Amino acid sequence: MSLVYQDVEAVIAKYREEKTPLLCILEEVQEKWGYLPRDVLGYIAQRLEIPSSTVYGVATFYAFLETKPVGKYVIRVCRSAPCHVRGAMNVLETLKKELGIREGETTRDGKFTLEVTSCLGVCGVAPAMMINDVTYGNLTEDRIREVLAFYRD
Amino acid sequence: MVKVTSEMREKAQTVSLVTIYLDGREVRVPEGVTLLEACRMEGIHVPTLCHFEGLSPWGGCRMCVVEVEGQPNLVASCVTQVRGGMRIWTSSKKVREARKTNLELLLSNHPLDCQLCDRNGSCELQSLAYQFGIREIRFQGERKVYEVDQSSPSIKRDPNRCILCGRCVRTCREIQTVCAIDFANRGFETVISPSLGLPLGESVCVNCGQCILACPTGALSEVSHVEMVWDAINDPQKFVILQTAPAVRVSIGEPFGLPPGTVTTGKMVAAFRRLGFDRVFDTNFAADLTIIEEGHEFIARLQQGGKLPLITSCSPGWIKFMEHFYPELMENVSTCKSPQQMFGAVAKTYYAQKLGIDPKDMVVVSIMPCTAKKFECQRDEMRASGFQDVDFSLTTREAARMLQEKGIDLKEMPEEDFDDPLGISTGAAAVFGATGGVMEAALRSVYEILTGKTLEKVDFYSVRGMDGVKEATVEINGMEIHVAVAHGLGNARKVLDEVKAGRSKYHFIEIMACPGGCIGGGGQPIPTNLEIRMKRIEAIYQVDRSLPLRKSHENPAIKRLYEEFLGEPNGERAHHLLHTHYVPRERM
Repeated sequence: MSLVYQDVEAVIAKYREEKTPLLCILEEVQEKWGYLPRDVLGYIAQRLEIPSSTVYGVATFYAFLETKPVGKYVIRVCRSAPCHVRGAMNVLETLKKELGIREGETTRDGKFTLEVTSCLGVCGVAPAMMINDVTYGNLTEDRIREVLAFYRD
Repeated sequence: MVKVTSEMREKAQTVSLVTIYLDGREVRVPEGVTLLEACRMEGIHVPTLCHFEGLSPWGGCRMCVVEVEGQPNLVASCVTQVRGGMRIWTSSKKVREARKTNLELLLSNHPLDCQLCDRNGSCELQSLAYQFGIREIRFQGERKVYEVDQSSPSIKRDPNRCILCGRCVRTCREIQTVCAIDFANRGFETVISPSLGLPLGESVCVNCGQCILACPTGALSEVSHVEMVWDAINDPQKFVILQTAPAVRVSIGEPFGLPPGTVTTGKMVAAFRRLGFDRVFDTNFAADLTIIEEGHEFIARLQQGGKLPLITSCSPGWIKFMEHFYPELMENVSTCKSPQQMFGAVAKTYYAQKLGIDPKDMVVVSIMPCTAKKFECQRDEMRASGFQDVDFSLTTREAARMLQEKGIDLKEMPEEDFDDPLGISTGAAAVFGATGGVMEAALRSVYEILTGKTLEKVDFYSVRGMDGVKEATVEINGMEIHVAVAHGLGNARKVLDEVKAGRSKYHFIEIMACPGGCIGGGGQPIPTNLEIRMKRIEAIYQVDRSLPLRKSHENPAIKRLYEEFLGEPNGERAHHLLHTHYVPRERM
């Protein structure tokens, strides 16, 4: 068994008692590897004895699960209705311009990945985005540049 | 479309009735049925898209919405149970507008090029658009553009035509337990995807094609061999011979307007002769041959303590399923090729020699009720003649369309006979087309070969019919032979898990990938539903009863084939040409 699978095995073992462990396992495996490679999804499916098509469906359904390699910092722009009316599209445009990439892409230096997501639950400070685990609200063009500068250094 | 099934009627007889008001009419319907079922019992066929006979209700397409007095929102009738006193309106202004809007929304993200679609004329979305009189689409929005997946030798996937009803997903999961496809992504990006985002051809898809029968639109269809067959027919250098599967003669009338269950053997032969095939032969000939080989294989295993239970190998969807999910049972599976492949191997050797034709100039075409046959004929193992034994495999649907293109109406054809000698067959071969048929045919021969006595009652009723798993016990020479028959891979799993666990008492098991056997195959005319399957099965037994010979070992052409060419059943030459081996495949 390769090192990757040993790690996956450890995560699976941790959730042995859970009735529906799939999401927990995917989340934790991703934490370790940054994303969920195809072979790893297949392996998890086999070990949990659920169809790999189901595992793939779950992994692609949730915005926070990645099936392709991502950059060091994953920027997720909220596109739910409250953010939308407060200018989420401008946020997205600014980020695209600043990073020189489109939605779903990663900067060449491997630092940033740009994505959109459903509601982040911080509608009070819309428009909002997340960078990895940190949420940023009340976004303006200036504010976005400021935040990016912080991560660039 | 949901038909009122015998099960529903049974429900109606044993369950108490409740009164509801359907469009203002007081009616009594069985307690516990859905609004959709209640409406259909009363002759109102509420439109549906995601609902499909035999699958769990989904409630996703919202075409079946009805108005229930006292409820603020429209309800999906397919997932709402009747309650006494309910007042339901099925065509109120609100209902009509909602359905129409839903349809328009579906159409706004659909390629509106019905003329270029495989399902032109048999598409449910197209029919609904016609019935609702849709003349314009108020919503113009973004359209998804996907690549068409042509990676599979059997099934073409065009996600651009998909309406995300999930009928294919549920068929693959609930009926076949293959789970090759599922929903992936989310929201507007949602798409039906093979597992892990791989192309279908690299997935665990077994090519059964049941998803095609379930698909309401042209998102799933067979990979067409039509052009290749026309080219062969029009090439004067090629000697093109046709074989027609047992199940095709009881279904090919349907695209020409004949009622399901019409036996069209003679007309079918005449039609394909006129299409330009040099010989019109019968897969049934090879089905008889299969019984001789498989029967002897069974007898040998029984007498020499070989691996039991023996499991049949005629259904290429089942074979790929076994290779993926039950490789540990590989040795239980008969090494016999399917009749399609036995035919090809015999045609390009025995028959080519008889005719003095170089097999490289011979093209063998099959008409099959099946999509997996396209995969099967391209398998590496299927080149016993030194060439690909079966060049092209058409589904019943493709074959009917070729006749229509040429302008041949099957109904108008005279009755003609198959050519000799590969067109001679018995009733035992005919029943191959229905679930239980291979078992019944095998028992007819095995009994007589082992006992040396004539089997008076050739009909084995207990292995017939639509029950998912059927069993029978036959006494041969004082020994009880236990047999089982499963159709649909979900049913097959039940039997196979018992075998795997060592709890099975069976000596011989027949498995067919498709519900109902080949008559319900993924290559059959659309619609194929329970009612139509049962009518085709009746027709299969009608063919059996009408034939003078009903046991494979009595087929004179088969006897001659062994005398002149093959030697002994299961002998060296037979083994080389008529038997095969399997390969374990990944489970993912």
